[in-house]
Amino acid sequence: MIDIFKNFVNAISSPVVIFSAATAVFALFVTFPRQATSKPVSLAVLIGALAFFGLGLTDKHFRSIVFMPDNVPIVGLIFIFGYFTWYAMRKAVINDMRVERGEPTVEQTETNEKVLVFPYLIFIEFVTALAYAVILVLWSIFLKAPLEEPANPTVSPNPSKAPWYFLGLQEMLVYFDPWIAGVLLPTLIILGLCAIPYIDRDPSGSGYYSFKGRKAVIVTYLFGFWILWTLLVIMGTFLRGPNWNFFGPFEAWDAHKVVPLLNVNLSELIFIKWLGIGLPKQWFIREAPGILLTALYLAVPPLILARTKLKEVYKKLGPARYQIMVFLLLMMLSLPIKMYLRWAFNLKYIVAIPEFFFNI
Amino acid sequence: MSDKPKFDLGKIITESQIYKSMFRHGYSTSERDRALSVMTNVFFHLHPVKVRKSGARFGFTWCAGGLSFFVFLTLVVSGILLMFYYRPTVEHAYNDIMALREHVPFGIMRELHRWGAHAMIITVWLHMFRVFMTGSYKPPREFNWVIGVILLVLTMLLSFTGYLLPWDQLAMWAITVGSNMARATPFLGHEGPGAALLALGDIQLVHSGSDVRFALLGGRFVGAGALLRFYILHCVAIPTAVVILMSVHFWRIRKDGGISGPL
Ligand code: HEM
Repeated sequence: MIDIFKNFVNAISSPVVIFSAATAVFALFVTFPRQATSKPVSLAVLIGALAFFGLGLTDKHFRSIVFMPDNVPIVGLIFIFGYFTWYAMRKAVINDMRVERGEPTVEQTETNEKVLVFPYLIFIEFVTALAYAVILVLWSIFLKAPLEEPANPTVSPNPSKAPWYFLGLQEMLVYFDPWIAGVLLPTLIILGLCAIPYIDRDPSGSGYYSFKGRKAVIVTYLFGFWILWTLLVIMGTFLRGPNWNFFGPFEAWDAHKVVPLLNVNLSELIFIKWLGIGLPKQWFIREAPGILLTALYLAVPPLILARTKLKEVYKKLGPARYQIMVFLLLMMLSLPIKMYLRWAFNLKYIVAIPEFFFNI
Repeated sequence: MSDKPKFDLGKIITESQIYKSMFRHGYSTSERDRALSVMTNVFFHLHPVKVRKSGARFGFTWCAGGLSFFVFLTLVVSGILLMFYYRPTVEHAYNDIMALREHVPFGIMRELHRWGAHAMIITVWLHMFRVFMTGSYKPPREFNWVIGVILLVLTMLLSFTGYLLPWDQLAMWAITVGSNMARATPFLGHEGPGAALLALGDIQLVHSGSDVRFALLGGRFVGAGALLRFYILHCVAIPTAVVILMSVHFWRIRKDGGISGPL
């Protein structure tokens, strides 16, 4: 029985299935937040997650990965963030309903009341710190910090993984070259985070939980955090084995698994497969379609959106802020786009100029 | 029975000269006294005397920012203790960690430090998540959000630089994988786009012995130079930056009008 379950999970597990399923669940969550955070649904999800985890623990391979000392925090992270995402959304839904009925939000009823920091706030801080201290000590007693063989530059483990909080970036290396996955995207994530308050400036949504009035912003953030970051961390940690091959959660890591590499560049698709004339010699002719496509991707959507769907946003933000916002969003979306292009067409690079280490 | 004065240890302590010299204020419960106990204590004084009720609720902040700070403090303490035992050289590093594990009975200092580091990443992400969900980054708090983002990056860099110090296979290869990305930095890494353009005639300016990865590692691969650099970054440089930025962060919270509340 359990074996059927495990084999089934392994069989359907692949990056495209997991990514698409997670995105679908995410879409349901933000489309129906009221139902999704209701008691029966959230209980069902919690029980489902615990059941999956519990069943998984009967599997030796799953257990060995989940309980690898440095992986334990990720398991904690999934449950902690799952809980707090639910919690924040629940509060937002309740506030939205109150506003609909013309009542003040929960925070509004208390905002003009002041309490003394001592003892009120100090007490909360003290209890939180104490609870954390207890958890940390227990964690430290029951789980020893890992120490492997002494460092040896001549023996590289397979797979070699970065610390877990960077595994989202390492997972992106499957789809992008290091200069994008390791340098450009992290830089844009940092700059993009910094840019948030300069783009979303309306202070009326500040200081209380809400969803309706800030839907686009919150959905973007949650999508970035959960799907583009955390999901990739999970895949990179739990589901990537030797040679960075993909393995199901209950599939033993086989170092000899052979995965055929069939990836092709856009230029090869166009000039060899579709036109049948062979690759042009000069790189700028060879890569012209890819460069054109990339330029169009970055230039056309902002122009069209400013006149259609985002007309109001454009008016509110002005050209500079608007352009920065759309650019950041497009860069964010380029990750799933590239992922799906890979899965659908085995596309390797849209622009490939190895002459300059410039591959997109 | 009732006319006999009760022996009250609490009172004896709180009314002693020693206690009063430390805390300035007796533990009494009038509003004024409670206000004074905040104002006359340098640590409590990070807070204002009074705060919005909505903002002081655990359900609002999840105490995630405060907890990040507390976790940081525990890391400083356990980290200092670890420094007593650890020498950042290729001969000693691994053996020192090994000795720590074998010769200290019930030693959990390394665990406290390592799991605390993981926990801090989680609490900082959680704090950012809370600030986002309550829209607390909006004006006038936009710059404090930016400082927060820098703190977030520094927190992850602290963890990353610390990861190398045990000098075992896990450490060395995780850092190798991580720092390999720096090779591909545009213009500044020797395998980055554009780096080949930076040349004087036939002389390449950016090569594996002069790019950003070399600067980070103090060598072409993760070796003795990298260990020393990461040690100093981890124990001195980044913590200093974090402490300075945290001070600004806390100060700004108050200057921006305290924990955010609805208009
Ligand atoms: C080392 C990490 C950090 C520490 C120790 C820290 C500490 C704190 C504390 C104690 C507060 C008071 C309210 C609360 O506890 O939630 C706070 C508020 C705030 N933090 Fe942080 N923080 C850190 C990182 C961040 C990050 C990563 C961000 C965002 C990117 C951020 C943005 C803010 C903002 C905007 C406020 C004001 C919130 C409000 O008024 O409601 N902080 N921080």
